[in-house]
Amino acid sequence: MMYVLRQGQIVGPSSTRVADVLVRDGRISDVAERISAPAGALEIDAEDCWVGPGLVDLHTHLREPGREAAETIESGARAGAIGGYCALVAMPNTEPALDNVALVSYVLDKGARTPLDIAVAGAITQGREGRHLAPLAEMAALGVRLFTDDGIGVQDPSLMRRALDYARPLGVRLAQHCEDESLAAGGSMNEGVVSSRLGLVGRPALAEELMVLRDIELVRLTRGAVHFLHLSTARSIQMVVAARLEGLDVTCEVAPHHFTLDERACAGFDAQFKVHPPLRTATDVAALREALRAGLVDAVATDHAPHSPELKDRAFDEAPAGVLGLEHAAALTYEALGATKSNPVRFFEVLSRGPARVARLRAADHHPRHSAHGGDLVKGEVANVTIFDPRIAWTASRDELHSRARNTPYDGRDLTGRVTTTIAKGRLVVHEGKLV
Amino acid sequence: MINSIRGRNLLTLNELSDTAILEVLDTAELFVEVNQRTIKKVPALKGRVVASLFFEESTRTRLSFETAAKRLSADVLSLAVASSSVKKGESLRDTIATIDALGIDAVVMRHQSSGAAHQVGGYVPHVRVINAGDGLHQHPTQGLLDVFTVRQVLAERAHAKGSETGKELFTGLRVLIVGDIRHSRVARSDIAAYTALGAEVRVAAPGTLLPASLEEWSVRVVDDFDEALEWADVVGVLRLQRERGTGSFVPSLAEFTETFGLTSERARRLRPHSIIMHPGPMNRGVEIDSAVADSPAAVIERQVSNGVPIRMAALYLTVTGTPEEKTS
Amino acid sequence: MDAHASSSSRRRDAFVPRSLLLSEDDVRRAVRRMAHEVVERVRDTESLVVLGLQTGGVGFGELLAASLIDITSAEVCHGTLDVSFYRDDAAQRPFVASAVSRVPVDLNDRLVLLVDDVLFTGRTIRSALNALGDFGRPRAVQLAVMVDRGHRELPIRPDYVGKNLPTSLSEEIIATTECGWIGTRDDS
Repeated sequence: MMYVLRQGQIVGPSSTRVADVLVRDGRISDVAERISAPAGALEIDAEDCWVGPGLVDLHTHLREPGREAAETIESGARAGAIGGYCALVAMPNTEPALDNVALVSYVLDKGARTPLDIAVAGAITQGREGRHLAPLAEMAALGVRLFTDDGIGVQDPSLMRRALDYARPLGVRLAQHCEDESLAAGGSMNEGVVSSRLGLVGRPALAEELMVLRDIELVRLTRGAVHFLHLSTARSIQMVVAARLEGLDVTCEVAPHHFTLDERACAGFDAQFKVHPPLRTATDVAALREALRAGLVDAVATDHAPHSPELKDRAFDEAPAGVLGLEHAAALTYEALGATKSNPVRFFEVLSRGPARVARLRAADHHPRHSAHGGDLVKGEVANVTIFDPRIAWTASRDELHSRARNTPYDGRDLTGRVTTTIAKGRLVVHEGKLV
Repeated sequence: MINSIRGRNLLTLNELSDTAILEVLDTAELFVEVNQRTIKKVPALKGRVVASLFFEESTRTRLSFETAAKRLSADVLSLAVASSSVKKGESLRDTIATIDALGIDAVVMRHQSSGAAHQVGGYVPHVRVINAGDGLHQHPTQGLLDVFTVRQVLAERAHAKGSETGKELFTGLRVLIVGDIRHSRVARSDIAAYTALGAEVRVAAPGTLLPASLEEWSVRVVDDFDEALEWADVVGVLRLQRERGTGSFVPSLAEFTETFGLTSERARRLRPHSIIMHPGPMNRGVEIDSAVADSPAAVIERQVSNGVPIRMAALYLTVTGTPEEKTS
Repeated sequence: MDAHASSSSRRRDAFVPRSLLLSEDDVRRAVRRMAHEVVERVRDTESLVVLGLQTGGVGFGELLAASLIDITSAEVCHGTLDVSFYRDDAAQRPFVASAVSRVPVDLNDRLVLLVDDVLFTGRTIRSALNALGDFGRPRAVQLAVMVDRGHRELPIRPDYVGKNLPTSLSEEIIATTECGWIGTRDDS
């Protein structure tokens, strides 16, 4: 099958230009000002649209194995494709946790049968229990490049230190969910003005910041590499930026809900707004958007966390934390980058190039299992391409999701900009905004 | 702000204006009269059904609400949660749907989770929901009966009828609330009611039992509890919620009593006219001495008896009224 | 009282007076005449309990009781009765929170004289009869009204009437102890 992407803004790592793209036999076959379509090619109009490397999500909970009622690898991949994603990093907090070769292989094999590249983040500790290291080396040999106990951070500093020491020679990165559980214990929203009024126990910003601080110091000590997951406070970002300037190998991501919603969203006690780390103050939201625009964060990652409706329906303090993200992340990022003033280069940097770098999915990483992501559209590469039309105004709806779950906090929110086309692993997966 | 609870849910006092609160108090005055009759019953809610759902047991509050409903001639459906399907894992939504299917006009509910009554309000918009205490959040009828009791006492001293004094007796009234503010839904409702009516509220508590943020609360934390006692017209003593693990927030109950208990010795600092209140049930000897609780300054029993007319007013206004527009 | 003031001012605002029905003197004379009729019919005024209905009948009840005391030179038991909680149309009516029932004695075997300002559909009186049952079992109940404007919806008839006044349904009557007006309701 051949596709010609007509007259889109081709978004490179530092600039854009208008050009046609020809995809033939699953690979980019030509990028030029004007390409005459070969017979039988499907022409896709991309005029005034952004054409860039397929989006990469560093942080997806695919729930398989164990909680297939909420999401499966297959349904998560569909939701990802609709959101413009060509690669997802599956989080290991499944049941059982992805802490060994057998389970990682299971997810990789199932992932290979979806239209997207499904990479896996392995657990740092056995069963994510924070006691004994999981077999990082064996999993790394399968192509695992990120390890995390996400859902919870590694609480014990000496264990975290050991994990960093062990991971360093393997060339893999530890990704940390930063929340000190003893400070956050029992909390269900940000600690502050709103939690005090609502009578909900708070999770203080300090619970996150203290662990960010600790892990930066552990990186300084061990010369290891840490990726900070879903940073939610202004101070967390400041600390990571400062550490990076000092030359420490730290990267970070922010999640769309943290830069679009603040703690006041919890005022109606709707558990759709319950997430860990919690939605923070309006000041934090503004700081995160500022950091995003200034290029201080490596990635926007969704922390797509499907939960079945009966669980999210429980009382706020009893409901599980987490929100869906894959299908709205691109539009929300566009909004946060300044909507019509957003810079397409920054857009693809945080949604594709940055996360591909952190997940080590770029061409230069020579990943043993997955095609290359986050690069330029160059001849010969497997086509992973996303077309984003910044002109489309639409309304997010709980009833129009491709995920199995319905727990979006954005139901009814007006959005601007939408993915119209996703070409993943060389195949057209989403065309005119719909799954092919 | 809401200017009347007629036809609305009563979930929190935070959004009620002084007008709305006074309407409840004035209505309750009428029910005080009904409660003094030989036949303590009016047909105001005849044929209406009030469900009482106590997911967290509270015999006192449940009896008070059920008495109120019965004195309005409503039929009362009482769900004993301990022996119900809730224990078998039924969700809040399903429990409410089941009760609703029996045909109800109002739900009085107590729940261990903050916000549970809000959620139920969303499930059954055609049913009036009265929050009888949700987690650490609110206990609106307790806040209302507390301000009602204060107005009643002050009006009697002024030889006036409470309903004729409106909110004037609250202007500048000095209210001191002491104890476990952090875990107290009563404190949250009391503070909202007192401040809406124009009283000045201060709080006294160990640092660990203050909420994480007092911004938006319109209260001041007192530096010296003993001095504050000399300042106060009303002292609201809160229950130390040992069942909520408050024990770990203070070194020991003895130390709490020593520093923030209303002991007999401390009570001597109170001015002669000061009123002492407690929402019950009391931990005698912990937050309040027996002698203080039984002293003439304490109006604790009156709080209990005012519970019925206040809850009658809440049920009557929410169930029979039609809602007015909100004002900002 | 705020609540009282706002609900009654709401009613006054909507009322557009057309002509004066009763002057203050007319009211006094009518009350006096009714008092004489009561004494004539009741004889044993010691068993009488005069109850003005909240809120419009309260003033007339007091006026009537005062006249009875004047005529009989004896104390006449009187009070007020609020029927808000006994109405079948509670939700549609403005509700006056300060209107309290004050029934000074047990009503068993007493003769109760209910007093109201305007008799219209009869529903208020029906509610009042229900309410009385909660205060005892009166020997008999009688009804005095300042104005009977007709349009009854229930089999209720007054025993004493200040002024009979045929009206149309679109008209409004306001009767206080100072004066009586006929007018219309402004729905705008």
